[in-house]
Amino acid sequence: MQTDLQPPLAAAPSQRIIPTGLPRSKGWWLNGLLLVLLLVVMVWSVGIGAVSISVPDVLAILLRQVGWEIAAVEPQQETVLTVIRLPRILLGVLVGGVLGISGAAIQGLFRNPLADPGLIGISSGASVMAVLMIVLQLKIFRDLSSLSGLYTLSLAAFAGAVGTTLLVYTLARKNGRTVVSTMLLVGIAINVFCEALRGLMMYLADEAQLRTISTWSMGSLGGASWEVLQVATPFLLLPILLMPRLSKPMNAFALGESQAGHLGVDVSKLKRNVVILATLGVGVAVAVSGVIGFIGLVVPHLIRLISGANHRTVLPASALLGAIVLTLSDLVARTIVMPAELPIGIITGMIGAPTFLFMLIRGAGNRA
Amino acid sequence: MLEVQHISHQINRKVLLDDVSLAVWPGELVAVVGANGAGKSTLLKTFSRELSPTQGQVLLDKKPIGQFSALELARRRAVLAQQNPLAFEFSVYELVMMGRYPHFEGQPRPEDLAIVDYALERTGISQLAGRAVPTLSGGEQQRVHLAKILAQLMSSEDINRPDVPIRQSRYLLLDEPTTGLDFYYQHSLLEVASELTRRGYGVVAILHDLNLVMQYAHKVLLLKEGKALAFGKPAAILTTESIRQAFNLSVQIIHQPELDCPLIVHTRQAISVPLTT
Repeated sequence: MQTDLQPPLAAAPSQRIIPTGLPRSKGWWLNGLLLVLLLVVMVWSVGIGAVSISVPDVLAILLRQVGWEIAAVEPQQETVLTVIRLPRILLGVLVGGVLGISGAAIQGLFRNPLADPGLIGISSGASVMAVLMIVLQLKIFRDLSSLSGLYTLSLAAFAGAVGTTLLVYTLARKNGRTVVSTMLLVGIAINVFCEALRGLMMYLADEAQLRTISTWSMGSLGGASWEVLQVATPFLLLPILLMPRLSKPMNAFALGESQAGHLGVDVSKLKRNVVILATLGVGVAVAVSGVIGFIGLVVPHLIRLISGANHRTVLPASALLGAIVLTLSDLVARTIVMPAELPIGIITGMIGAPTFLFMLIRGAGNRA
Repeated sequence: MLEVQHISHQINRKVLLDDVSLAVWPGELVAVVGANGAGKSTLLKTFSRELSPTQGQVLLDKKPIGQFSALELARRRAVLAQQNPLAFEFSVYELVMMGRYPHFEGQPRPEDLAIVDYALERTGISQLAGRAVPTLSGGEQQRVHLAKILAQLMSSEDINRPDVPIRQSRYLLLDEPTTGLDFYYQHSLLEVASELTRRGYGVVAILHDLNLVMQYAHKVLLLKEGKALAFGKPAAILTTESIRQAFNLSVQIIHQPELDCPLIVHTRQAISVPLTT
């Protein structure tokens, strides 16, 4: 009788097991593919604009810059490419990358695929400070030349991002621990306040200021130059390079804080690192290009649909796809109403919102 | 040895645990039983360092548990939680691989892959490896998490030389591990746990089914309102009287010669059914 009850189990396999190395290689494929796609998009879109440059000419000009002359180049094309287009494309790649990867990381931190860096006040803090600068025309801002003015505006935006994030982070701390759900609620409250403040400033603003504010709050890569790149690149590159190193603890974090702790993850350190890197990246991104919505929200979501949830794949792939999407959006923004240009946030919003709704409805259908 | 000494825990003056001591030796399966709200989960969380008690201390091999790094501790003890939230759609394979995270930096080594394969096979979910965890049934998910903690604690020696006892003691903390499992897998799970104890693992399990306790546990701790009511061998501790005290329920304990252990059944006091007509 007892023998019947004895569950046979899977009999303990005695021989050595050969690793099958299951679904591991998929992520490398996706990231490799996205990288190639990004390079293609960059070379292609850098040639498009008021002055059209063919792909072979683009390559010839680029190779000439590193001292390798393969063909004659037109000086006008060369100037347009190196002085105007190239820094703009590179800034788009970096900003798109940082928005994508920070979105993925913040979603991982909140264990919610619908979170984004705007949620904890990073973007609104940055934008409210910038609007304050524009409207109040603080002395330093008015007196400086246009480039330094841009720097000051950027610096103010960055300070705003750091300020609100610190505030949200401090208010959400309880007994030395950061409660993620409280952080979300505090973030919402701060966002409302920032929005009100921004509304007040817009009420006080004159026509010209309103125009600056509106361009700026819908985002634009129009301010790109080698000087801007020089300042912003380290800050934009840092999150892109460091966040993928957090993919293991972030995977464990999906099991909830206590289970991540059981797996040896230093949970408070992880939370701190993600918040610091995301603020740095998104803060600087908003500073140089204004508020560009939806990339941080939609891109990681799309990647998860393709590759699954493993952050080892999702984080770098979100950076790559973010860069691709922003480069293409900027291409549309600067060519569709030539010689003027549309704010880039209009393009990302118009493509992003329907995509997002589609994913939501599809996702809800899958779960039912 | 993993032990808690004179643990008390209070939240807002409410006493959850009151001077409880319990030691788990390598090779032992210790069951914790008691009514809902008796403090079982709190006790288990104290063991796992998730909660620091108001009073008393937790020792692993005579050393306060606070002196271990999170990573050291993760290699020595694993927790099967009651609730297993999962924010994103990880595959079964990826989730079980998370159990190996405390053991490797960067990419998993061949032995990590081998251990994951073993854990999948041991819990009977190899064929589910590529599936997304949220698409599985509750019982299947429970087995995935069991595989995860097996992967977390086991070493390649466990697979290659199963007859040699492990060198450094390791502990499984199971919070109602049989919840959601069918009859077959309830026993299957406790068989896996028993097999590990024979290799020198220690197990603490919160169980509700007293017959499972009788059949599998070496020792049992009976909790009531945060206090230890009794501790010892199941057959000696689980008596009609102690069960009435702990659960406010009258039971009959049946000894059948063809069974290894006694059988506990609930008797309704109001209706006394005569055995013969």
